[in-house]
Amino acid sequence: MQFDSIADFFNMGGYAFYVWLAYGVTFSSLSILIIVSAKRKKKVLTEISKKMVREERLKNNRSNKS
Amino acid sequence: MWKWLHSYADPEKAYNLSSKLLPWFSLLALLFISVGTIWGLMFAPTDYQQGDSYRIIFIHVPAASMSMAAYMGMATAAFIGLVWQIKAADWVAASIAPIGAVITFIALFTGATWGKPMWGTWWVWDARLTAELVLLFLYLGVISLYASFEDKVLAARAAGILAIVGVINIPIIKYSVDWWSSLHQPSTIKITEKSSMSSEMLYPLLINIVGFGLMIGAITIVRFKSEILARNGMRPWVRALAKQEGVS
Amino acid sequence: MQRGISYTQSFFTLLQRDLRIAVRHRGDIFNPLLFFIMVVTLFPLGVGPEPQMLSRIAPGIIWVAALLASMLSLERLFKADFMDGSLEQMLLSPQPLPILVLAKVIAHWLLTGVPLILIAPLLAVLLNLEQNSYGALMATLALGTPVLSLLGAIGVALTVGLRKGGVLLSLLILPLYIPVLIFATSAIDAAGMNLNYGGQLAIIAAMLVGSLVLAPFAIGASLRVSTN
Repeated sequence: MQFDSIADFFNMGGYAFYVWLAYGVTFSSLSILIIVSAKRKKKVLTEISKKMVREERLKNNRSNKS
Repeated sequence: MWKWLHSYADPEKAYNLSSKLLPWFSLLALLFISVGTIWGLMFAPTDYQQGDSYRIIFIHVPAASMSMAAYMGMATAAFIGLVWQIKAADWVAASIAPIGAVITFIALFTGATWGKPMWGTWWVWDARLTAELVLLFLYLGVISLYASFEDKVLAARAAGILAIVGVINIPIIKYSVDWWSSLHQPSTIKITEKSSMSSEMLYPLLINIVGFGLMIGAITIVRFKSEILARNGMRPWVRALAKQEGVS
Repeated sequence: MQRGISYTQSFFTLLQRDLRIAVRHRGDIFNPLLFFIMVVTLFPLGVGPEPQMLSRIAPGIIWVAALLASMLSLERLFKADFMDGSLEQMLLSPQPLPILVLAKVIAHWLLTGVPLILIAPLLAVLLNLEQNSYGALMATLALGTPVLSLLGAIGVALTVGLRKGGVLLSLLILPLYIPVLIFATSAIDAAGMNLNYGGQLAIIAAMLVGSLVLAPFAIGASLRVSTN
């Protein structure tokens, strides 16, 4: 451990604002990217299944008429 | 070898392979980045010149080096997609672009927060910073070109051409910007201070560089998987998957 | 196979056609030129009329304005041909596409680049450019504006099929223009200080040769994508 105490660690030798700003922005933008990327699969699959339901309905209605 | 590789152009096989690879990439990335970051933040020695502000290096340098590598990866994939008409390669290129843009943004932002305490200014028109900014513009161009085509097969081809034109231009831009800044270098700020790094600082940095590379790989795989699904919505195996998981 | 006409013939036929069309719609020639003049006129109003300052920033202003003017005028390069279907005829013709594309780009440069070069010294007078820099200004414009047209045409070809290509175009091609801007303005600056600017000119000439050879192929490939 390079720092004497937790308070010292968070202080970063007086550069706390810059260091934590850099790390904070980095990890928050990375996590936004990861969450958005991970959610895309679900979204795509939902869209496809919605489309399938719609096609099914179309097919059913058509068979009712004839 | 060639034949073996070709079988992965089949979307379903590519999807299954990526599903198999994803846990490895994400676990290793998580491991490397946490070790590198904690080592860098807590245990690496304080720099005698820059104090603790230098600790930004452990994310700045990995992001900067990976931003360029990701562009090369994207352009290579686009080239393969264009020349051999392998659609999976196009999807890889489309998956990398947003990741590269975010990584480039991170490199720029952390550079600014490092520059403020060290040089006293958030931004200087230094060669490396300017080249990085141009790289961000190139990424954004590829992303918005890809987004503006309705037909994603055409979109991938158009974005691929742009990515390749960008690759030819990157060395020229880099060279011209280097040359330009050597003319206009503000005298008060000294940027290229090549101090030999102690290994205590170097190891966490290298670990984080590897970690960032693995993380880009992992996110690429995640995006690649959903790209495969989105582009193959009519195939039976995708529909079966949608029935299983995509119940709204 | 009977090709009909030779490569040279097809090149000049297309060049002539484009020039003739442009002469009939004179607005296409004058609008970019007026835009160029307007942008340059706005700068002294924005930063103040001190001759010292103006002569310091004159090369940059003229070149940035030339860049924007070239980009704006390029937007129309393939639009009309795309709308009326003659672009598709060009793609289907037995002549190689890069030659036809090159003819179109050169016609465009003759119509917008050359007038811009001719009017530039006049604007340089307004901006109080250094006495020694006029030669460098003309030389860099003469070598640099064709590069702008060639590189820009790639972006135009990529976006010609899109309805809202205008804003996108600037994002695609302005980064590619950066090297030309850097070397051109530094050549003019060097000339202003009575230094040798042959090196910068040589680099711009190299870029011209490189883009003259490579860009037509990229433009052709892009056109095939966007007319699909």
